Amino acid sequence: MDYPILSTVIFLPVVGALIILLMQRSNEGLIKWSALTFSIINFILSIPLFTSFNKTTAAMQFTEKYKWIPGWNINYALGVDGISVLFVLLSTLLTVLCVSVSWKSVKQKTKEFFAALLLIEGSMIGVFCSVDLFLFYIFWEAMLIPMYLLIGVWGGPNRIYAAIKFFLFTLVGSVLMLIGIIVLYFNTGKSFDILQMMVTNYPFNLQLILFWAFFAAFAVKVPMFPVHTWLPDAHTEAPTAGSVILAGVLIKMGAYGFLRFSMPILPEATKAMAPAMMVLSVIGIIYGAVICLGQTDLKRLIAYSSVSHMGFVTLGIFALNIQGLQGGILQMLNHGIVTGALFLCIGMIYDRTHTRQIADYGGAATIFPVYAAIFMVFTLASIGLPSTNGFVGEFLIILGGFTASKTVGTISALGIIIGAGYMLWLYQRVFFMEVNPKIQGHNDIDLREILTLVPLIILVFWIGVYPNTFLSFMDVSVQHLIERLNSAGQQNVAQHIIEVIQ
Amino acid sequence: MNMPFPNLAPVTPEIILSIAAMLLLLMELVFKNKGVLALAGLIAVAVTLYVLPSSFGTTFGGMFISDSYSMYFKLIFMINLALTILLSLKYLQREKAECGEYYSLLLFATTGMMIMASARDFIVLYLGLELMALSTYVLAGIKRNDIKSNEAALKYFLLGAFSSALLLYGISLLYGLTTTTDLYKIAAQLQQSEVSTTLLLSMILIAVAFSFKIAAAPFHMWAPDVYEGAPTSITAFMSVGPKAAGFAVIGRVFYVAFQNVQADWTPILIGIAILTMAVGNILAIAQTNIKRMLAYSSIAHAGYMLVGIIAGTAEGQQAMMTYMLIYAFMNMGAFAVVIMLEKGDEIKDYEGLAKTRPVIAALMLVFMFSLTGIPPTAGFVGKFNIFMAAINAGYVWLVVVAVIFSAISAYYYLRVVMNMYMREPAETAAINPSPSLGLALVISVVMVFVIGIIPSVVIG
Repeated sequence: MDYPILSTVIFLPVVGALIILLMQRSNEGLIKWSALTFSIINFILSIPLFTSFNKTTAAMQFTEKYKWIPGWNINYALGVDGISVLFVLLSTLLTVLCVSVSWKSVKQKTKEFFAALLLIEGSMIGVFCSVDLFLFYIFWEAMLIPMYLLIGVWGGPNRIYAAIKFFLFTLVGSVLMLIGIIVLYFNTGKSFDILQMMVTNYPFNLQLILFWAFFAAFAVKVPMFPVHTWLPDAHTEAPTAGSVILAGVLIKMGAYGFLRFSMPILPEATKAMAPAMMVLSVIGIIYGAVICLGQTDLKRLIAYSSVSHMGFVTLGIFALNIQGLQGGILQMLNHGIVTGALFLCIGMIYDRTHTRQIADYGGAATIFPVYAAIFMVFTLASIGLPSTNGFVGEFLIILGGFTASKTVGTISALGIIIGAGYMLWLYQRVFFMEVNPKIQGHNDIDLREILTLVPLIILVFWIGVYPNTFLSFMDVSVQHLIERLNSAGQQNVAQHIIEVIQ
Repeated sequence: MNMPFPNLAPVTPEIILSIAAMLLLLMELVFKNKGVLALAGLIAVAVTLYVLPSSFGTTFGGMFISDSYSMYFKLIFMINLALTILLSLKYLQREKAECGEYYSLLLFATTGMMIMASARDFIVLYLGLELMALSTYVLAGIKRNDIKSNEAALKYFLLGAFSSALLLYGISLLYGLTTTTDLYKIAAQLQQSEVSTTLLLSMILIAVAFSFKIAAAPFHMWAPDVYEGAPTSITAFMSVGPKAAGFAVIGRVFYVAFQNVQADWTPILIGIAILTMAVGNILAIAQTNIKRMLAYSSIAHAGYMLVGIIAGTAEGQQAMMTYMLIYAFMNMGAFAVVIMLEKGDEIKDYEGLAKTRPVIAALMLVFMFSLTGIPPTAGFVGKFNIFMAAINAGYVWLVVVAVIFSAISAYYYLRVVMNMYMREPAETAAINPSPSLGLALVISVVMVFVIGIIPSVVIG
């Protein structure tokens, strides 16, 4: 590997966005093809992360480090480990699919649309690769600008409300984290280096306060109950590509934040707060699932199902054991694939019928047979049927949940049953029964659209049948994280005992 | 008494600028084309900037000091002046408010600011303050036939005179206590004496007078009306220059003269800062006129900068100075966009601008996000710097208040973005491009990004 691979995958899309912005507005073909080219090249460039990743170490790999702001001891430091590497790949893959699915559906301000999409890609990858907290925050916040525009300019009828709600929720959470970051900086001897923070032991009370400061930002992004209310609006109103990015990657950043910052940097506070987090997760699982049953809007239903599924993710993470953590990380990936795919599917049918109301559908399987078959795959994956990816993730999470608390494990398993209920019922109402005259006369999905979905179908079965390809990436890193969690507490106990003895 | 001739080296920049101002008055009689005056003004700025670095020193018996602190502010004043001249050129023709005194008064006002930044004595400080204030009163009312401009000037004058009186009262009380107007001697005197009610009263009066200048609540009432009524180029000038000068003297007076009674003035400033952030950010939400909105936004920004002062450390002072520089660029940029539009005073005038004028809308977008403080723009670096200094000084709770208000501010800045990008245009917005205005916009937007991406240029 002879090029700075992480910097390249972060900044190539940014460069692409700038080039697209300089293009002639009327030349839509050129704009679209360049966006597609940039996103595909970026995906290809990110593949070495998959092939030459060293799975035997928990250390950061592909690292880059340059002095950036010496006055504040800030470095431009990048690196990936087993927890983050797969999300970089997910981001580059989903961006390609997003460009493809927006090919015909974006009709106004095409230039700005694809530029915004590429800018989001760059900052998303930046979030997953930053090993300096300041750099992380820059990417974390910078993404708000293009995402706000994506929802607000190209979204549905209620887009302005959804965009501002998304922006304000996220911003309030983020600025509280910013304070946490600065406090952490001064308590780490004026350093933003995450690796250094991971080996520093902070006083318990400080950890507790910082945990909640970080929680403010991450819980909003995930989103955890009760700060999830921006999500249904944003997901529903965003254009298809926006929903896919939101569901596929953006909300993973919250869970990733817990894994990367809260747990290794504040291990004792994490342990102390884990029960509370698990309770919030379980509430999210059940609440999200129950709400789904009452939805009449296709996109809104999938949006609320995200609340439920992300509840599983945080449950797995805060179970604080190997199975739970691995399941949580895998489920983040799974959710990105499956929910991303479901939003892509809904976008495709919306381009034809221009309605998202479930009541306007019925008998779609007769009119769109290929589409119906593909949708079935993702529906079953979302439910967690064995041999699909959803099963592996949820199985591991519930296993981890049971180990941590029997009650929590039992209640969360209930969420899967409700999940099967709303998804199958949705499928029945849309695809079976009498053909609704409102959807008559449309064509089945074309080759471009099928090609957009094929990679995700492959992934659904790949992870479902042989998850080890992906689990093996995170084995060592998760082990390392658990050790950090356990050792930090013991040190403190030991210290406490010594103090008592003295 | 034998008076030695004072060393003029430290005051060369001020001398050059005031001579240039007087020359401009004379040139106005000769030249029909006012563009020549603007060019002369820019040349004066260049010459002043050229001599600025070599003007270190103290003079006039220690009443006037030129140090790195004052130099930094003078740099901001020069940027402010240069950008204002660039903004004014075409705008004045359009508004038919072209008159030679305009540029001359700008130069005089800036000279006043420079004197304020260099004052080591309350008398010099007051001198500079009045020179600045009197010039800006006139500038605010320079559109003689415009009733709002008249109102603005009168309001500004009355309240400004009021605040000057308060300042004089505070200074005289302080003189009574310490028998001196020299800032360092006051500091030495205050070391010995107990904090008395008189001292507290004098500090409050001085803080109030300066709060008028920086438009801090509850002494901000003049700002929205004056900002709205004054010619837009002058609004831009006022939103940066006098505010920077106000902060320069606050930094000097409170960090030097009152350095030993810091515990007593901090609570006063904390109260003012919180109120300022609250009033600025909350009232800005309700505005429909963009100049009024920017007025409230400038009030809010004064609040953030006060947080830097409150930190009470060199770090905090530097953070405030850096913020002022960054604020100058982003605020001037926003006003440049307002001036660029033929009809750009109401927020609803911006509807659909992204469709009809994509480049201008994109520029405004950058300035709005920078004012909100979103990376990778300069506004974020400024806020981050201030918050870091305040947290290091132990004011975590104050920073929590500040970031909450900063998040609220996103609402009204984004409303402009929302209007530009998410609404349909009623008609194609007419614009008034000119090379000078374009140059001002380019300088502003480049600096917003350069400082945002490479903060090292302003840090340390």
